[in-house]
Amino acid sequence: MSSDDSDILLNMKDIVIDGFSDEQWHEIIKGVSLTLKRGEVLGLIGESGAGKSTLGLAAMGFARPGCRLTSGEIWFDGQDLMTLSEAEKHELHGARIAYVAQSAAAAFNPAHRLIDQTIEASLMHGVKSAAEATEDAKALYGAMDLPDPNNIGFRYPHQVSGGQLQRAMTAMAMSARPDLIIFDEPTTALDVTTQVNVLAAMREAVDRFNTAALYITHDLAVVAQMADRIKVLRYGEEVEEAETQEMLSNPKEAYTKSLWAVRSIEKPAETNEDHVLRIENVTAAYGSVPILHDVSISVPRGKTVAIVGESGSGKSTAARVITGLLPPRKGRVLFNGEPLPNELAGRTKDQLQRIQMIYQSADTAMNPRHTVREIIGRPVEFYLGLRGRAVDERVMELLQQIELDESFLDRLPSELSGGQKQRICIARALAAEPEVIICDEVTSALDQVVQEGILKLLMRLQSELGLSYIFITHDIATVQAISDEIVVMWMGKVVEQGLKDQIMSPPHPEYTELLLSSVPTMDPGWLQGAVAARKEMSIADQTGEA
Amino acid sequence: MSDSPQTYSAKDEVGQVRARRTRWQRAKIELKKAPLTAWFGMIVISIYVFIAVFAPLLAPFGEAEVTPVPYAPWSSEHVFGTDQIGRDILSRLIYGARNTMGIAFLTTCLAFIVGGGLALTAAITRGFVDQIISRAVDVLMAIPPLIFALMLLSIFGSSIPSLIIIIALLDSTRVFRLTRAVAMNVVVMEYVEAAKLRGEKLGWVMRREILPNILPPLVAEFGLRFSFVFLTIAALSFLGVGIQPPTADWGSMVRDNASLIQFAQYDFKAGITPLLPASAIALLTIAVNFVVDWFLMKTSGLRDEF
Repeated sequence: MSSDDSDILLNMKDIVIDGFSDEQWHEIIKGVSLTLKRGEVLGLIGESGAGKSTLGLAAMGFARPGCRLTSGEIWFDGQDLMTLSEAEKHELHGARIAYVAQSAAAAFNPAHRLIDQTIEASLMHGVKSAAEATEDAKALYGAMDLPDPNNIGFRYPHQVSGGQLQRAMTAMAMSARPDLIIFDEPTTALDVTTQVNVLAAMREAVDRFNTAALYITHDLAVVAQMADRIKVLRYGEEVEEAETQEMLSNPKEAYTKSLWAVRSIEKPAETNEDHVLRIENVTAAYGSVPILHDVSISVPRGKTVAIVGESGSGKSTAARVITGLLPPRKGRVLFNGEPLPNELAGRTKDQLQRIQMIYQSADTAMNPRHTVREIIGRPVEFYLGLRGRAVDERVMELLQQIELDESFLDRLPSELSGGQKQRICIARALAAEPEVIICDEVTSALDQVVQEGILKLLMRLQSELGLSYIFITHDIATVQAISDEIVVMWMGKVVEQGLKDQIMSPPHPEYTELLLSSVPTMDPGWLQGAVAARKEMSIADQTGEA
Repeated sequence: MSDSPQTYSAKDEVGQVRARRTRWQRAKIELKKAPLTAWFGMIVISIYVFIAVFAPLLAPFGEAEVTPVPYAPWSSEHVFGTDQIGRDILSRLIYGARNTMGIAFLTTCLAFIVGGGLALTAAITRGFVDQIISRAVDVLMAIPPLIFALMLLSIFGSSIPSLIIIIALLDSTRVFRLTRAVAMNVVVMEYVEAAKLRGEKLGWVMRREILPNILPPLVAEFGLRFSFVFLTIAALSFLGVGIQPPTADWGSMVRDNASLIQFAQYDFKAGITPLLPASAIALLTIAVNFVVDWFLMKTSGLRDEF
């Protein structure tokens, strides 16, 4: 090593990683190299399946079950992790290299207090004494901007919110003052309003302790806030790498440009006096827990109404009331001017047919044992009464409409990609020939490029078939792209309702302001500005951590 | 950059999957990887089934044919001798396979139809239907099954139909518990909700949405349940309230010839005669368990318990 390289912490050369599936090994990382200096943050972005997480874990010298590190060198501070024994790697993990997982809720042991888990690595590696580590953990909780840092550690994971847990996990990773932290999609599971705080806390911690980090995400705006440099991956290969500013303003490869272009769909907002569906003064509750308070929403025919709000705001509950899964305590649902029976069992087949639903997670929305033919064919058979050949023909037609072909007929859901699965779910909804489709977070589990494809498809279907959509989401970018009208919900109440342009332009009610200001933009300086603005708003503390 | 497509197309997200293997091809691959114990189990079970099906052709004597000499020793004419009234033991063993296994199989099927059907109904409808059925099952399970069976059999008489119904009813409680537990994990899935929203009837949701997803543990349970039913029938027959004479069955054969064991010091062969039907029972139970174990190993989820 020359003296120029002395501040290089991690140097991965020509990494090849194989994954085992279908009883044979496939290359999933095809010779990627990366270097990371001390105190530097490298953003790894790409769609799912690009190999981001696999590469992140390889930086620890670890291959998840079903994968193996085939060739390449992983130099971490002068040691080649490829040649170290498990015991030697064990010495590094937790002490010098730490990992922050996507779902903190799943990564914390629910049976132990946060503080015990936070200082576990420090104690195990003998970095600090228990008393020192505990004091340090409290300081870290403070640095992470957690409320009541001296006592929060003595709670159990279920006693704090998701955003707080994610910050506690970052504190846990920091406890032994590692040289390198790997963040694997740490904010993907959080609401936008919570995400801001977590991002700010992580950025601050990384800067303060001069820790190097690999930041893995598929969200470009987030990576723009966090990373000094960005590396784009696709199909296990490097597409390009550049400084964040350079990458944002001047991407070179066509694929990177297409990633950047995603946020550019827009359509003019229009409305319609003819309302296909109206919810009037609905109050609903699960058992004795009230969820919706006097909610009224109307859906103009052939248009898109987006319902936005963070989790727990009652968006999905509204959908359950419309579909009849949750009969309201008060109020009613009108469809084409006629009141719908409250209970699912009371509705006629025709009423059921007219309102269809598409779910967030296509994985659980399709029976894993049914083929595409059965999944789409069943509503055709059930509602339209077609049989035999006619069903197949109709299914084929529907597959064409969603830009797939007949080669998909006999596939099982497990043989489809995320985007294809969601398309099949759309086809299943279309098969019923509905008037209204409720889309519950349909794109939030998908990558940017795939999202764009799905959104374009939905918009095309709307103009061709005159469908009305109720689009439930917490993603403001999606709302910008496809909605005509917007309903902002917060704590089970409608905050604001109106045409897109009107809601998106100031002045805003306080909550809408907070929601809109929490959406990361591609500008690397956005985070500082957002945090500064946030500190002035008292509402942030109630909503972000409620 | 490789030659991967630069523009987005939904079709290309996942490349062409290979043509799916047929059921038969998949079965062949699995069989090739099966461990020795599973092979042993499968071979033993096939032999039993073969014997049961072709009993009249294989047995040298009739099922209840009485020959002149009771308690005849092992000879070329009567391979395992004769019993207390002169019936050929080998022939009765062969016919016993048919009777004992046939009745056990029918009983297990009935237990699964009743227990499984009720469990799926309870899991899908939930609420008070679930409460009523589940509590009724709890009550039935609270009574020791063998004693309960003895009581019911002495009330309704030991005919083969009542034997089948009573044991099936008692065993269906166990099937209910398992099926309800595994079905509960599936009914919360969104595809079941989607089927309900579509307006599908209960039967369709049960058969098409839930059953295919819970089949592996149920198949394994079927094997184990079959062994238990089989042992229960043998035990009841041994106690004299099971399958009634002259029908040949292994449980009553053990009882009828049990006293021969004490003659083992004089004639070893006579001594082990009552152990023959007992070992027939044991061998089948072990074989079934081997196969079930292998099946459970293969279908994930239950693996850790074995």
